[in-house]
Amino acid sequence: MKTILSTPTMNRRRLLRGSGALFAGLTLLPYKAMSEEEKKLSFYNYDTYIGENTLADFTAATGIEVKMDLFADGDELFTKLKAGNPGYDVIIPTNDKVERMAKANMIIPLDHGKIPNIANIDPAFMNPSFDPGRKFSLPYMWGTVGIGYRKSKVPDASSWKVMLDDPTYAGRIAMLGDQEHNIGAALKYLGYGYNSTNIEELNKAKALLIAAKKGIKKYADDNGQDLLAQGEVDLTMEYNGDIAQIMAEDEDISYSVPKEGSNVWEDTIAIAAGAPHPENAHAFINFVFDKDNGKHIAETIQFATPNKAAREIMDEAYKGNPAIFPPAEILAKCEYAAYLGEEALKVRDEIWTAVQAA
Amino acid sequence: MEDWKSNSRAFWTLATPATLWLLAFFLIPLAYLLALSFSSKALVNGEVSINDYDYFTGVANYIRAINPDIISIFLRTLWWSALATLACLLIGYPIAFSICFMPERWRPLALLLIVLPFWINLLIRTYALKTVMGARGVVNSALGLVGIGPVEMIGTTGAVIFGLVYVFLPFMILPLYSTIERLDKSYLEASLDLGASQFQTFWKVTLPLTMPGIITGVILVFIPCLGMFLISDELGGTTSWMIGNVIQAQFGASNDWPFGSALSFALMLLTIIVLVMQWYYQNRSKGAH
Repeated sequence: MKTILSTPTMNRRRLLRGSGALFAGLTLLPYKAMSEEEKKLSFYNYDTYIGENTLADFTAATGIEVKMDLFADGDELFTKLKAGNPGYDVIIPTNDKVERMAKANMIIPLDHGKIPNIANIDPAFMNPSFDPGRKFSLPYMWGTVGIGYRKSKVPDASSWKVMLDDPTYAGRIAMLGDQEHNIGAALKYLGYGYNSTNIEELNKAKALLIAAKKGIKKYADDNGQDLLAQGEVDLTMEYNGDIAQIMAEDEDISYSVPKEGSNVWEDTIAIAAGAPHPENAHAFINFVFDKDNGKHIAETIQFATPNKAAREIMDEAYKGNPAIFPPAEILAKCEYAAYLGEEALKVRDEIWTAVQAA
Repeated sequence: MEDWKSNSRAFWTLATPATLWLLAFFLIPLAYLLALSFSSKALVNGEVSINDYDYFTGVANYIRAINPDIISIFLRTLWWSALATLACLLIGYPIAFSICFMPERWRPLALLLIVLPFWINLLIRTYALKTVMGARGVVNSALGLVGIGPVEMIGTTGAVIFGLVYVFLPFMILPLYSTIERLDKSYLEASLDLGASQFQTFWKVTLPLTMPGIITGVILVFIPCLGMFLISDELGGTTSWMIGNVIQAQFGASNDWPFGSALSFALMLLTIIVLVMQWYYQNRSKGAH
């Protein structure tokens, strides 16, 4: 979930953030930089998004203790670091956030010389448009956003139509809770580009989303898989790996990438600006791209790994799982989310507010 | 108590830490947000910046707030907050009254039970409520035993208002209790002895005398309701955003702190208007005595 632990009032949180921004410059003087780095690492990650034993293995191998904090979505990660890095070393930003955070000097360039396991990464991932030459980030996992559904209730979930434009499943649908994926799905269903900034296209998407609202039960902040597993909904817009995780426990659940196309994304691993332990951070990143560690992570979280050496030693159940590796012809219709600039995001946010108001 | 002027050194010794605290952690950030609300994102090399602002560029953020979507969410917030406050009053008044008429040794325990939920974090309590009201929750299991349901409760407007009442009820009961406890019972006896009915006594004597507690309770419930976003997020359905959710989005996903600041200050202005109305009412009623 996106919100916030503690405090009933909005105001105090805002004030703390404001004061954080004001006083960030006074704190975290680099006295630690003078001596060798302490054996600590602070890792900021999504929930259920690292190998079951990876952190313990890393500590066993290096003596570096890892503290992992969790965020619910990329927006939370961005917001937390925007007011000044509260002490995180390694973070997991999505492709569009890499672009945005690099522009805002919120992440630091990686020293590829300290990460020899880069050799294990599939070369196809080494020069993406959002981070040319992989200056700031390395590919952690990739995947798609699509439809998780209950096969016995929904015979055909091959199109966004079942979620956005079909009364059959009214009240049995959950969507992700952010503007990008909702507007993006509506645009794709209407035949437009995922990153469209054309106001007419966006307005059509807005009308579609408002009309679809009466059939939607919940905008779920990345817990649609739970709602699906518990039988609260029969259709949910979700990340493929989240559905793959529950498919392993419930045979009646399946995943499809709609034929109109969808969002393909890449979560990356990067080092936050102001990281207290940059050396340890490089060591950790190198550890993650080790062949066996990469395999263990992919086995636990069931997302597609760009770690070629790790993928080669995975079993067929993983390599042949269409929920993890969708058919190439459908993947060809999927698009990365681009960083559209602050003005274009404002337009989309106003559309999203209108959907919430309706 | 001595006048502070006669012992100013002691006064400043005691007051300085609190003043500095307020200044550093309350007024300065607040002033920063106020400045931000009149600012906009800076243009750097022809591109709108992510993190930098041009300060004091005008009132565009406030004008942007006057927009049908924001107003509709705002009216929804007012309406839901008013309903929750009314429900708190209707539920809280009899509870406060019954605590006052309990034997004295039971009262501390009763008050403790009212305050007890505060020992648990709001978010955790909301999650607990979700579990209780869920499709397979305790309530629906009980209804199932008598052949009803399952009743869809989570994801409805009713659930949001119930959540607000659940969380803020103690804020209503406590001021009511302290007013009713101080109520001079001989007025009630006099009224009844002089021939007023129970209802008349309540309406013409008890209610006016406990009005300060009612007003305090209403303010303590209504104002935090206006800024709430967590409960609407967790318990609401697709039409659940309150103005707090809009503001939260500006500071989070939308990364539009200037607009978020403007919305906050608009909300704060409204709160101040409510407080001024209360102050005016109290002064007027004092004058009438």
